[in-house]
Amino acid sequence: MEVKKAAMAGTLESSDAQVTVEPGNGTIELSIESSVIHQFGKQIKATILETLGRLDVTSAKVKVVDKGALDCTLKARVECAVYRSNDITENLPWGGVIK
Amino acid sequence: MINAVGRDIPEEVLKATGKKVFEGAYAYDNYEYTKAAPTVHAVCDPKRSKLVENIHDALVKCGIKDGMTISFHHHFREGDYIVNMVMEEIHNMGIKGITICASSLGKAHDPIVPMIEDGTIVGIQSSGVRGKIGEAISTGKLRDLAIMRSHGGRVRAIESGEVHIDIAFIGAPTCDEYGNMKANGGKSDCGVLSYAVVDAEYADKVVAITDCLVPFPNVPASISMVHVDYVCVVDAIGNPAKIATGAAKPTTDVRKIMMADYCTQFVINTPYFKEGFSYQTGVGGASIASTISLGKIMEERGIHMGLGLGGITTPMCNLLAKGLIRTLVDTQDFDMGAIESIKTNPNHIEITASEYANPFNKGAYVNKLDFVILASLEVDTNFNCNVVVGSDGMITGAQGGHPDTAAGAKCTIVIAPLLQGRIPAICTNVTTVTTPGETVDVVITDYGIAINPRRQDLIECMKDVKLPFKTIEELRDMAYSMVGEPDPVQFGDRVVGIIEARDGTIIDVVREIKEYEFKD
Amino acid sequence: MSHPNKKRLRRSMMFLNCQKPGLIKDPYIYKPDSIMLDLEDAVAENQKDAARYSLYHALQEIDYRGVERVVRINGLDTPHWKEDIRVCVAGGADTIRIAKTETAQDVHIVEEHVLAAEKEFGRPEGSTLLMAALESCKGVLNALEVCKSSDRLIGIALSGGDYTKDLQTVITGTGVELQGARQHMIIAARAAGVQCWDTVFTNLDAMDVFEEEVKMIKMMGFDGKSLVNPRQIDVVHKVFTPTQKEIIFAEKVVKEIDEKKALGIGVFTVDGKMIDIAFYDGAKRTIDLAKASGVYEGDL
Repeated sequence: MEVKKAAMAGTLESSDAQVTVEPGNGTIELSIESSVIHQFGKQIKATILETLGRLDVTSAKVKVVDKGALDCTLKARVECAVYRSNDITENLPWGGVIK
Repeated sequence: MINAVGRDIPEEVLKATGKKVFEGAYAYDNYEYTKAAPTVHAVCDPKRSKLVENIHDALVKCGIKDGMTISFHHHFREGDYIVNMVMEEIHNMGIKGITICASSLGKAHDPIVPMIEDGTIVGIQSSGVRGKIGEAISTGKLRDLAIMRSHGGRVRAIESGEVHIDIAFIGAPTCDEYGNMKANGGKSDCGVLSYAVVDAEYADKVVAITDCLVPFPNVPASISMVHVDYVCVVDAIGNPAKIATGAAKPTTDVRKIMMADYCTQFVINTPYFKEGFSYQTGVGGASIASTISLGKIMEERGIHMGLGLGGITTPMCNLLAKGLIRTLVDTQDFDMGAIESIKTNPNHIEITASEYANPFNKGAYVNKLDFVILASLEVDTNFNCNVVVGSDGMITGAQGGHPDTAAGAKCTIVIAPLLQGRIPAICTNVTTVTTPGETVDVVITDYGIAINPRRQDLIECMKDVKLPFKTIEELRDMAYSMVGEPDPVQFGDRVVGIIEARDGTIIDVVREIKEYEFKD
Repeated sequence: MSHPNKKRLRRSMMFLNCQKPGLIKDPYIYKPDSIMLDLEDAVAENQKDAARYSLYHALQEIDYRGVERVVRINGLDTPHWKEDIRVCVAGGADTIRIAKTETAQDVHIVEEHVLAAEKEFGRPEGSTLLMAALESCKGVLNALEVCKSSDRLIGIALSGGDYTKDLQTVITGTGVELQGARQHMIIAARAAGVQCWDTVFTNLDAMDVFEEEVKMIKMMGFDGKSLVNPRQIDVVHKVFTPTQKEIIFAEKVVKEIDEKKALGIGVFTVDGKMIDIAFYDGAKRTIDLAKASGVYEGDL
């Protein structure tokens, strides 16, 4: 999926994460800021990249500001930001690329 | 060298400090030593006044010079003005190389950080640090190793001569012109002066600083004039609103109330819960809630606490007022209710930090505890606790009386929610060991209760008790299954601080914080 | 055959905002019978999409440890409800709470979409249960037809805030404005053989008033109550805990009827009093409540 415009999802509340996506130039440029970076940096990065991969996003600037979100929340925020960048809110592929 | 809690203490740290590694919580029982003594100046001429003009005058008269060790107490908590006031003057005088030996330091002392950076302060010895001082130490800005000691460990270090205090600055809510200090009756009452007593007894020079000079004699004094060289009157020693807050409202957080109920149920099902039992608890929401629920059961069953110990809050004073506690023995007051109680209730008494927790005196109050209820940032599967280093690797807490009471009490209970955000409180290895697991008996979380397998007796007596018992490994696995298994904090190589066990051995070290790196 | 969970115990049904990760990650710790993950009022209009992703992953990945997972979807007068239904079914929600239900037709529309979604996402047909929130005078008056509208329907819940607006009054705290709706709804629910839940109580500073209200609705026959805070759960469960006397009587009724029926005897006596078969279900319910409350130690 293409990231067509800048879009954001999530908040900076505890246990949440704020994900911003912007159109990229052929690669994934990922920046991660996290209150739990030492313990979970590796897992956060893996989850974000996996989720982008499932959505077939190959070109985007992705910024994650994490406040201790669980993986399920990280996925939800990435998916939401990517679909928002495409203005899609209906007939989503639940259980398909969203899983 | 690997110590008794499995931590590798670098040789160079042992060499630099001359300390030994931790060998076990009671390894120094019956230890023989000679106490240190201060070098003092007699005051026999009755015409000589102890009053000085200001802090500068006091520093000059005390002979402040580069490389000295000076001390402070933390009874004014986050309302303290004394540390900053004295350090600012020392800084203005261009003195360098000072070591601060405080009973604790907090966010109120953030302003001294530039003095760490410019070499005015080179050493910090404290129960703990928070805020910007913690960051400064963790980022390697302090020249010497920071030393974190428990309240009892600090008294031991001073009395045994491990640390020698050149000048003690003691903030006193009231004081007379000859140096008799009291914790109450002034503008900035703090209830007790327990932590400062050892400073008065063992420092070469003692300066009393007050904002309320009262007529001689100010008796009964918490700290007597016989120890005091100078008396300095200033406008304000602290911010009363931050020294003593109003009593915390009982928590409405159901999770905390649930853990408190588990705690109370555990306590009343042990053989120690009987007429005359002794008990200490902390200031956290769950601790206070458990004090309140325990109080109800004491009342129902007509069981009285013989001794209530430690840092005191209003709920404990309420039990005292109801006649449910025989004696409340106090080393620190956390709120207005506690301060009011010690002023008015004859069964609420002040003791020194040495009496409270010093492992090298001939028996401290903590040794007589049946129960202590504690909190912890992390607990590992060996029941080791970390109360000093945060999940980001930064020094951000204090040992306080944690290791002292845990070692002393027959039943040490730690309450911690299983998860703080994504950070599991129960883990395989704590970031830093501050209290050894051999002294921790029970861990209570919102997901279940684990009893230390060393305590088969407690496991036995809980056999028919309806509480959600789990093994500590089960609790850890539950946490990891929800949030994933955490990686250890990435530290740099340099050791910036040591965690001293109560007996002066090294239980763990704290290393410099390092920017997180993704390793592919 | 009706769904095995249709009549499960639902004393406490706690609302949670789907848009708040901190709230939905482990509410089971408070031991409610059901949680109601809210896509409707608690979620801002511009976050409806975001809440669905959170809901999907929560349903899929969080082990709610046996707590029923109800999802409140947006009303049929909004653009959101169709996608809400798709995500609920795809994620495997146990039950969908239909907001602002007024007629049996409303339930039929939702049912149709749920069935389509069950087919789309390969879920067993009929596995998703429904409950209807009645939030208007029309809805309350149509309670009976709503209760009878679908095999999937587990019951009806009063939504007092919107209902009192429609009545042109407010929540007074006396309960007088809700009397008619409560009475009418519980009668309709029982007539149709489904469950019935009372409206939320939002003043968390008045726990004693809350407790009185719970006692009252229990006496009226309600199965439970919609809740807004975990503090309320324990109060509800305590009120719904049967007394030892009730438990002992229920146990005797169940045992007597089981025994005599097996012997082909149709006359039952407990403590010297004649009872009839109509006592049986109630006695069973009492035992179930006692078990759920942790106070039953018998062998039934």
